[in-house]
Amino acid sequence: MQPEIASREVGHKEQHVHHHKETFITKYIFSTDHKMISKQFLVTGIIWALIGGLFSVLFRLQLGFPDHSFPILETVFGRWAEGGKIHAEFYYALITMHGTILIFFVLTAGLSGTFSNMLIPLQVGARDMASPFMNMLSYWFFFIASIIMFSSLFVQTGPASGGWTAYPPLSALGQASSGSKVGMDLWIISMALFVVSSLLGNLNYISTILNLRTKGMSMTRLPLTIWSFLFTAILGALAFPVLLSGLILLLFDRNLGTSFYLSDIFVAGQALSNEGGSAILFQHLFWFLGHPEVYIIILPTMGVVSEILAINARKPIFGYTAMIGSLLAICVLALFVWAHHMFVTGMNPFLGSVFVLLTLLIAVPSSIKVFNWLTTIWRGNIRFTPSMLYAIGFVSFFISGGLTGIWLGNSTIDIHLHDTMFNIAHFHLVMGVAAFFGMFAGVYHWFPKMFGRYMNNTLSYIHFWVTLAGAYLIFWPMHYQGMAGMPRRYLDKSMWVSFSQFHALDAMISVVTIIVFLAQILFVFNFFYSMYKGRRCRSINPWSATTLEWTTPINPGHGNWVGEIPEVKRWAYDYSKDGRDFILQTEGPGENESVH
Amino acid sequence: MQTFLIILILLLGFYIVIQIAKANDLMAIIRGEEKSRKQSNKISAYMLLGFLIVGLFGVYWTHHTLGDKVLKFGSAASDHGILVDEMIKYTLIITGIVFFITQILLFWYSFKYRESDERKSYYFPHNNKLELIWTSVPAIVLAILIVFGLITWYKITGAAPKDSMLVEITGSQFKWEFRYPGNDGILGKKYYKNIDLANDNPLGQIWDDAANHDDIYVSGEPMHLVVNKPVKLIIGAKDVVHSVGLPHFRLKMDAVPGTPTTIWFTPIKTTKQMQKETGNSDFVYEIACDQMCGAGHTGMRGEILVETQQEFDQWMKNKKPKWATIKKETTTTAGDQVSASTPAIPATN
Repeated sequence: MQPEIASREVGHKEQHVHHHKETFITKYIFSTDHKMISKQFLVTGIIWALIGGLFSVLFRLQLGFPDHSFPILETVFGRWAEGGKIHAEFYYALITMHGTILIFFVLTAGLSGTFSNMLIPLQVGARDMASPFMNMLSYWFFFIASIIMFSSLFVQTGPASGGWTAYPPLSALGQASSGSKVGMDLWIISMALFVVSSLLGNLNYISTILNLRTKGMSMTRLPLTIWSFLFTAILGALAFPVLLSGLILLLFDRNLGTSFYLSDIFVAGQALSNEGGSAILFQHLFWFLGHPEVYIIILPTMGVVSEILAINARKPIFGYTAMIGSLLAICVLALFVWAHHMFVTGMNPFLGSVFVLLTLLIAVPSSIKVFNWLTTIWRGNIRFTPSMLYAIGFVSFFISGGLTGIWLGNSTIDIHLHDTMFNIAHFHLVMGVAAFFGMFAGVYHWFPKMFGRYMNNTLSYIHFWVTLAGAYLIFWPMHYQGMAGMPRRYLDKSMWVSFSQFHALDAMISVVTIIVFLAQILFVFNFFYSMYKGRRCRSINPWSATTLEWTTPINPGHGNWVGEIPEVKRWAYDYSKDGRDFILQTEGPGENESVH
Repeated sequence: MQTFLIILILLLGFYIVIQIAKANDLMAIIRGEEKSRKQSNKISAYMLLGFLIVGLFGVYWTHHTLGDKVLKFGSAASDHGILVDEMIKYTLIITGIVFFITQILLFWYSFKYRESDERKSYYFPHNNKLELIWTSVPAIVLAILIVFGLITWYKITGAAPKDSMLVEITGSQFKWEFRYPGNDGILGKKYYKNIDLANDNPLGQIWDDAANHDDIYVSGEPMHLVVNKPVKLIIGAKDVVHSVGLPHFRLKMDAVPGTPTTIWFTPIKTTKQMQKETGNSDFVYEIACDQMCGAGHTGMRGEILVETQQEFDQWMKNKKPKWATIKKETTTTAGDQVSASTPAIPATN
């Protein structure tokens, strides 16, 4: 590619900035190197994704084959699956844990934790995070939260089973559901620690981006990845504390006899003394995080995808300023739309109408992004690396799932489709599958930077095609189930006159789910195998990209650059400019050239 | 044994796929990375085009096979449902057009602009005119959807007509109970601490309130409604949050303990009419709990029977208020039961 740059960076100054000696423990476990922390988040996220994915396979077995008995389930899960059939309480525990794990532990911590940590210092030109120690704490709080959540799977009364949204009174009353006993307390404690981890991370990301940019790296020269991480971190820092407060009040209601969310309750043959609380209050507190949460998930992948589309189309990202503007608009609007999850809770219709307006407004910045991505690949010269395919898949899923958001955000339609399978299809496509595709794209693309090796191409292609087709086969038909009014979280529809017509369809979806899950195992295998045995990366800049992380050595040490941090002299998207394939951000302007 | 075999076959399958993948990547290196990259680039581009074509056909085919199984536009059984259907129809048309345009462009561009030695990428970082177009056009279209949506929303959530009949519906794990106000048209007050299953007071009615004395309690059978007569539902819950989902009426409202909610609508088709229309003689209007409420959530099913005024009156004629039986008991036995079920605290409904 451009060997002269490599030699310039590596050759000249042999002055190491970080001289501390690294033992196994400080290097791999209690590491303060952002790159190692990033890998820790990624590996923990992958383990969680496997568990969460496995849970979805289990409950799809029940959904697809409600009459069938699977003896192996009884062997493994004992009384939770007596007679080889999944017990209702166990079913609800599975869906609750599936949602909690994938939304928080995989697509928040696993995603932001991996890419923000990996890319912020490398792309803004910093040796490490603003506070490497806080960064380490962030991971270890996440780790403890993970351990607690995992251990809740093994308590006698079962893990939390009130849905990932944990609405009280169901989640507050042990009498109402066995999952609301010890399992729920562990869930709350784990989530509280998770919020701490997320705050430590987010504050670090924000201060690093604002304060530690290298010389010449003005805000408008930042790659879009960094912009998206910045907005994600701001959203997280503003929204997560509200969830924490909501959860602490729930903990009080459960254990200290307070009545924040409880009022007029007669449960299990007994009237409780709680009066004056409001169950809806929790929903407000929850969704004040819950809605920004979906943007916390999707914004980083938007950044990753913007970057990957530009690199592989060998074109600048179209409308860089508009992309930042739309990120900002989404970030601001995201904080003021939470009650669109609550149109049917009996809220004031006027309040509802305000939330309709703000919610549907989000479609404007979202469509700007989609059209800008389309224009980015238009008249490009596209290289279909697996990461590019994942990025194209991301855009496709984002369109498919995003458009149904216009349905559900309109309160009139939401009255009918709220809490139906339509909703399941919508959010799985737009923030589940799309975010996963963004994550796959990022992992494949930055794998050489993380491990100095490539992932296996053929396995990646197989994984991509199976997952792309499979995800559409799983979620597309669910729109129809929802249009028939079929509620979500029903484990057997045979007793219903209105919803029993989809028996064969449910079985088909379940079979595809199993196939897609097996394909994910291929990805995981590919990841770990390539980490040790993958093809070695011999080029300092394997994708011919312009950003700073590709000016570091192939296996950068703690401190990232040997010698001085390079100075930035142009924006991140000079691809195919003036007849040159790409121009690194560190290269000064040529004669008569105007730089961004 | 069977399980063991399945696992064995799966492992073998994985092994084969992985070996092929490894060999394939090795072959690529031997053949020359640049050359094999170009070849796989071509394959990917054609597969994306193929996916577009198969996908578009799949959209058609899914609609062909599943389209009959959903609630069709215009089949709504309530006045509000017809408005909801209309809103869905317009939204479907608009989002459908955007869906096809953007997906086709995405996959077509990917195919058309696949890497080729003849082409150079076009340096095109921004264009204000284009960006203005795709900011303002979606904004205008969305404004239209918002305005129509909110007009409908206010119609649906507006005040119920004065002559609506009143029915109370209460959810608890895992059943629905109904209460009709009787001749006075007023639902008597209740208080949750009065709920007394042993003494036949499942809703916690306050017997001191005379409005309660003619209230009709119905459970274990469908809620009866009169066709073309507006009905206002007073929705409550005893234990956890439930939700009254009425898919055929296109309506839904949560049942929240401690906070009563309401919806109103006018059923426009009797159950018999719907049976004829759907060609299904087993058809019933179902009440589906739409908010997860615990282990029995799936089975929290209620029914609604929409009938003519005549049929309704006939049914109602045979109903006795709860108070009638309670009073009889208290006059025959000691009077302490009355005080036991009478609260000292006045409470609102």
